[in-house]
Order: sequence, then C-alpha cells, then structure tokens
Amino acid sequence: MIKRLSPWILAGPASLLVLVFLILPVGSTLIATFTDAKGWAAPYAAFFNSGFRRTVLYRTIEISLITTIISVVLGFIAAYVVAQMPARLKSIMIIAAVFPLLTGVVVRSFAWLILLGKNGILNTALLSVGFISEPISMLYTEGAVIAAMVYLFVPLMILTLAGVLEGIPKDVVEAATSLGATPFAVFRQVILPLAMPGLIVGAVLVFTGSFTSYATPQLLGGERQMMMGTLLYQRAMVTFDWTGASTVAAIMVVVTILIVVLMTRLARRLNPMAG
Amino acid sequence: MRNTLHPALTITASIIFIILIAPLFIILGAAVSDTNYLTFPPQGFTMRWFSNIFEISAFRTTAITSLQIAFFGTFLALLIGIPAAYALNRFRIRLPSWLSNVFVLPILVPEIVLGFSLMKSVTIGLNLPVFTTLLLGHALLVLPYAVRVVGASLASFDFSIEEAAISLGCPPLKAFLTVVLPNISAGVIAAFILAFITSINDVSISLFLTGPGISTLPIQILAHMEQFFDPTIASVSVLLMLLTVGVMAIVEATLGLTFLTK
Repeated sequence: MIKRLSPWILAGPASLLVLVFLILPVGSTLIATFTDAKGWAAPYAAFFNSGFRRTVLYRTIEISLITTIISVVLGFIAAYVVAQMPARLKSIMIIAAVFPLLTGVVVRSFAWLILLGKNGILNTALLSVGFISEPISMLYTEGAVIAAMVYLFVPLMILTLAGVLEGIPKDVVEAATSLGATPFAVFRQVILPLAMPGLIVGAVLVFTGSFTSYATPQLLGGERQMMMGTLLYQRAMVTFDWTGASTVAAIMVVVTILIVVLMTRLARRLNPMAG
Repeated sequence: MRNTLHPALTITASIIFIILIAPLFIILGAAVSDTNYLTFPPQGFTMRWFSNIFEISAFRTTAITSLQIAFFGTFLALLIGIPAAYALNRFRIRLPSWLSNVFVLPILVPEIVLGFSLMKSVTIGLNLPVFTTLLLGHALLVLPYAVRVVGASLASFDFSIEEAAISLGCPPLKAFLTVVLPNISAGVIAAFILAFITSINDVSISLFLTGPGISTLPIQILAHMEQFFDPTIASVSVLLMLLTVGVMAIVEATLGLTFLTK
C-alpha cells in the first residue's frame, strides 16, 4: 500500500503548493471576470469599450512584437558569431551575455534611465557634437521602452541560440558548401531550418516576457506608455478596480498560453530532426 | 559548426556585446558622480552615495527581507521539488503524464498575474501574513527550477545503483541521501543558484505581496526612484552587480559557465 502510494507521497507536497497557491488563486481571478453582477461578459465589454484600455492592449502587442523581431535578429547574429569563435573568445562572449542576464530587471532598466535621461550620456553626446541645442526628452517614449526591452532579452536569445547553433554538425555545412552552395544559400537552406525550433522557443520567451513585463514599462514608459503590466497594477492598486484588473490578468493569461501552445506546435512541426 | 565569418557579422556581433556590457559600466560611473542627479560621464568622484545607502534604513531592512525570502523560498522549493523530480523520473509509468506539466505552470502563468491573484486570494482571502505569502509566492516562482533542473540530472542517473543499495539492505531514505543525491549534486547546485538569483531579482510577484513594513529590495528601489533621482540607486545597483559577479564565480567554480548555454 505504502509502496503503491509512494510516488504520490513524494510528488504530493509540490503538487499541493501549485494547486493551492497557483491554480486556485489564478483560477479565481479568471472566474471573477465571468461572474460579474453586470453580466457574464460585462468586464470584457468594459475593457474593449474603453478606448484607453484598447490602446494599451494594442501598444503592448506592438511593443512586444517589435522587441521580439529585433531581439531575434540581434540574438541570432551574436549567437552565430559565438558558435564560430575559438573556446577562449567564446567564453568571454558567454560571460558578456550571462552577466546582464543574471543582473536584475530593475538594475538593467535603470541603466537605460541614465542613458536616455535629460543629463544622460546620449543627450550629452548629441549636445557636444551640436546635433541638438538643448537636452531632448527621450524617456517615456515607445522607443525608450523598446530599447530597454531589447537590451533585456537579447542575452536570453543569445544563450538559447548559441547552444542550438553549436549543435549543428559542421559536416552538414561543409557538405552544402562543397556541393556549391553560396554562404547565403547555406544560411537559408541549412542553418536557418535547423535553428528554427530554438529560434521559435526564444521568440516565445521574448514575446511573452515583453507582453507581461512590469518594471521596464513602469520605469521607461511611465503613464504615457502604459502597457498591460502597468495597467494591471494601476487598476488593482491605484483605482482598486479588482474586476478590471482581473480582466487585464485574464487577457494576459489567454494571450500567453495561446502563443506558447501555437508556437510549440509550430516548432515541433518545423523540426527537421524529428520524425 | 565552423565556417568562415564575414567581417560585417563579426563587427555587428562585437557591437552587440559591447552594448550589452556598457550600460552596466555607466551605472558604475553614475554611482561615484559627485552630483545630486544621475549623470554620465561622472563629474568628480565620491563614495558618499554608497554610504548614503546605509543611512536609509529601508534599503537595509528590504535587503535582509530579500535575502531571507530568496534563501528560504529556494530551500522550500528544493525540499519539495527534489522529491517530485525523483518521483517523476523513478515512477514515470505510475504517475499521470500531465503531472510534469503542472510544475511548468509557474513559468507559463505570467508572474504579475500570479502576484495579483496571490494578493487577492491569499493575503486578503486567507488572511495569511505578508511574509508567509511572499515566501510561498517565491517558492512557487522557483519551483520549476527545482523540478526541471534536478529532473534533468535524474534523467541521466542509473537507478539500478540505488536498487542495488536497497536490495543489500539499505533503507530507502538512506539510499537516496547517500547514493542518489551525491550523483545529482551538480543539478541541485544549478537549481539553487538559478532559483536564488531569480528570487532576489523578482519584481512582478513581490509587487503585490509587500505590506506594512515588509518589502523586497527591488520594490524598494522602484519606490525610491519615484521620489529621488540621485545616484543612491546607482550605488545600490553596483552592489547588486557585485552579487551577480559572486554568483558567476560560484557557477564557474562548481559547474562551469558553459552549462548555462545548455
């Protein structure tokens, strides 16, 4: 009897923690959006009827998409070079990617506050070359949020892709080259398809990470560039509109899960290594 | 994979890596600037912003809370996560296949949604103390590291060694502690480090779970920045980066940094 139950006894405490402190609370947040006194879909109608909240949703999608595209391109270039480097240079590059990754979001977003601020390095530089005559405000713009987010996610992309690109056997590349493929054809027809699953995993991490971020839009976007994360906080803790906050939370959960499920399917289908 | 690199690629990659590191040096410069506002390049040199950290008691108390939460939260996650990882690997056929997906939920559900839901249902709903909810929230946040990273180690462990010990009369718990655990120690260390650093840096869960007198360092930093724009935050950031350097040194010494690309 004990022997039959032992798997459950071992996995029990961790499962219980997830059930009681994640599934039930998050479930109750989601259910709250359907049991509103004004009707079951009223909170969603309220969300989409508000031009402001709709703008926030579109802005969040837009910023997350741009961040993902830029991060994928930059991350791919950097990881591609990392994969070709001799061991010593490679480890220096890996350190340069890991260090920011292990440094907190707050610290890394804060760095861009110094970079883009009124007394920041960018303003100082532009002033000294006479490009501008007085400091311009670069903070609280969409560009500031995107720059900081790309900075946040490129290391993640590099580390995800470096492993994948290193795993591509060099015989495959050599075979293609010796058969007369141009470097671009090798990239288009050999490297890219083999890296695609890793690329998709990385892109999903970046998109969902940007879509649900709080600290970066709060610091660099402020009220002017409100995103879903900052909207959720503002609804919950400033206006105490818990139903409104729950609706934002539910939209975040649905978008995140949808993206993860669809893209993992796509990654599996595109994986040339799998059956 | 090895082939010739176009110089343009190498140059672009070099610029990317410089941009990754440069902002962190800018923080270092801003932290020693002898001005009342944040600026770079630094004007003059002073250490007063570092001593200022210690004069603001909120930084001290929140740093202690952050360390406590990260340490005990990680410990709790490993304490319940290692047995779960063991069960998932050892008794794969006897457990339903969806169970391993349950332990991915803390990654799948957006952190900020989890934080908000915990505040609503647990801090207010169950009336649990703020510190307890914060601890449980962080344990949940890092549980996937415990289950998956330790699980990856267990996947390559040969359970017949453990069975040999048990059939020779070793009690199961002792067999686990003296036979299995030493063989998966790299996974446990990796899980501990990743979990600890994730917890220390967390904003989105802690955001909703701070209460009167209890807050974490990242939340305190955010609150301070809303009122002051002086170099104190830069010097706090420098101290946090020193912590990162320490963590990287531990990773390099125990596992080698290349494990992070796997």
